[in-house]
Amino acid sequence: MSATATAQGTPVQLTDLRRVYGGVAALDGLTLHLEPGELVALLGPSGCGKTTALRCLAGLEDPDSGTIEVGGRDVTGVPTNKRDMGMVFQAYSLFPHMTARQNVEFGLELRGRDRAARRARAAEMLDLVGLSQHADKYAHQMSGGQQQRVALARALAIEPQVLLLDEPLSALDAKVRVQLRDEIRRIQLEVGTTTLFVTHDQEEALAVADRVGVMSVGRLEQLAAPADLYTSPRTPFVADFVGLTNRLRATVSEGRAQVLGGSVPLLEGSAGGPEVVVLVRPEGVTVGPAGDAESGAGSATVVSASFLGGHGRVVARTGSDELVTVQVPNTDVTRYRPGDRVVLGPRGDAALAVSAD
Amino acid sequence: MPFFAYTTVFLLIPTLVVVIGAFLDGDNRFTLGNLDGLTSPSVVRGLVQSLVLSAVTAVGGAVLGGLLAYAVSTARDGSVTKRFVTSLCGVLAQFGGVALAFAFIASFGGTGLLTLLLGKVGISTGTGFWLYEWDRGLMLVYLYFQIPLMLIVFLPAVEGLRPQWREATETLGGTTWTYWRRVAAPILLPSFVGAMLLLFTNAFSAYATAKALVSQGSPLIPLQIGGTFTSEVLLGQENLGKAMALEMVVVVAVVMALYAWLDKRASRWMQR
Repeated sequence: MSATATAQGTPVQLTDLRRVYGGVAALDGLTLHLEPGELVALLGPSGCGKTTALRCLAGLEDPDSGTIEVGGRDVTGVPTNKRDMGMVFQAYSLFPHMTARQNVEFGLELRGRDRAARRARAAEMLDLVGLSQHADKYAHQMSGGQQQRVALARALAIEPQVLLLDEPLSALDAKVRVQLRDEIRRIQLEVGTTTLFVTHDQEEALAVADRVGVMSVGRLEQLAAPADLYTSPRTPFVADFVGLTNRLRATVSEGRAQVLGGSVPLLEGSAGGPEVVVLVRPEGVTVGPAGDAESGAGSATVVSASFLGGHGRVVARTGSDELVTVQVPNTDVTRYRPGDRVVLGPRGDAALAVSAD
Repeated sequence: MPFFAYTTVFLLIPTLVVVIGAFLDGDNRFTLGNLDGLTSPSVVRGLVQSLVLSAVTAVGGAVLGGLLAYAVSTARDGSVTKRFVTSLCGVLAQFGGVALAFAFIASFGGTGLLTLLLGKVGISTGTGFWLYEWDRGLMLVYLYFQIPLMLIVFLPAVEGLRPQWREATETLGGTTWTYWRRVAAPILLPSFVGAMLLLFTNAFSAYATAKALVSQGSPLIPLQIGGTFTSEVLLGQENLGKAMALEMVVVVAVVMALYAWLDKRASRWMQR
């Protein structure tokens, strides 16, 4: 999804946030800016600090140092209930003794809105998330996906300055995840609220976000549009974490890496030196049947060939004993069997090189 | 099958014996005379005093045990304090009868250790006879096992409160007071009342502790039932005893039906 966010939200600025738990830095100088109406996804493995960052923004955690500004106002020391943020949690956050409508009305009631206004807004929000007919149901009468939709409606009902999504899809089935993921993006674009979305699922992050920030050990490794992040990773961690990556030994000359019998341009930030390891995506490698006498740099033997629905994957071992994963059209998978001799080559996309040590 | 056999032998058959016996006279003929006996002043007084004792210790045990349960729930999972308190309560909730009565006599009786120690610092607890009365004495002694029982029964409900509910309340603009008043209290109420009902039946059916402590008369209905079977003064009262037992069964059945309804409601809210 590549829709552009509307510019009616509020800018958010996190500056040099630090948060240490028992000697371990959950946030180590995190600086992040969200444009008005933008959806930024924070992506990273467990313990990288992404949830801590979100909780600091919500006011549920206090940073040890650093500042948080929302709409130009410093909210660093402001309590959660005064921050005007809507939040959707991983799961089970609906108040179980209230119906869906009562859940959505709750925040409005706390803001002193009269009954008629609450009713109207709740109906509008439940309609937005497609649950008008479930307004009188309790949490235990709804599926996980429906509960999360109600949680989203509840968070948006108060017209928050910022919407915070803390892995809202992680407890759902794969199919529901995809549906709700697209739904969240549609709604976010519709309401135009600046949104921070925390997830450990790269596909989710790449699918919904205007920009994705990859975090590791409390730091932001790279913040970029999904396509840029995927095609031009700035660090080995980002290249490894986002998408599949082949690590292939290569020699460097004149800014190009010689690999699999061909050469690829190197991305900015690549390691120098005559010998490096280049990080090449499976779709950045070509594969074809080998002739009888083929034994060049790109020759390899098929280890496995898998049909994966929308595409296929071939894994082959090179003469230098490197395993290379290649993405192929799903119609081509049946052409390869384990033991077949093939020829691999780089497609020519720029790649990141890291030190061979 | 073993459960069915167990409940048949220890619940169904005794209940049937009580129900049938309540409607038979000494010659095993049908009569409603035993039920008439339930309206006699001494039996009515015994029932009322049993209900008062049970209600007071249920409310007191629920409030104090509920507060203790909350305090324990705030301790870290697996911490020594938490394990110690829950294990101790598991034991104390079952600590009753002669042993408990003796413990209190040794502590609060006329020459009890605490009575003497308090006396030495100028605090008089009287003669110590209050301990043997059904109201003040038994209420204190019953609380000794009611509070730990409340903790055991109520702790899972308190621990079932999800942190997300508090955080959601805060992000929606609520305070800690809002959370307790609008979210936590309504969610805990069915469990709290259910646990209190369980405490009520626990006290209502307690026999051994009262028997060991109360020596003057039979101020409670379980003691009166016991008296109809063991008294060497009043003979041929067994079927009246069964009628009184039937009365207790009815009270407990009503209370447990209410408990089951509340428990169902609470567990529906707490399910994942």
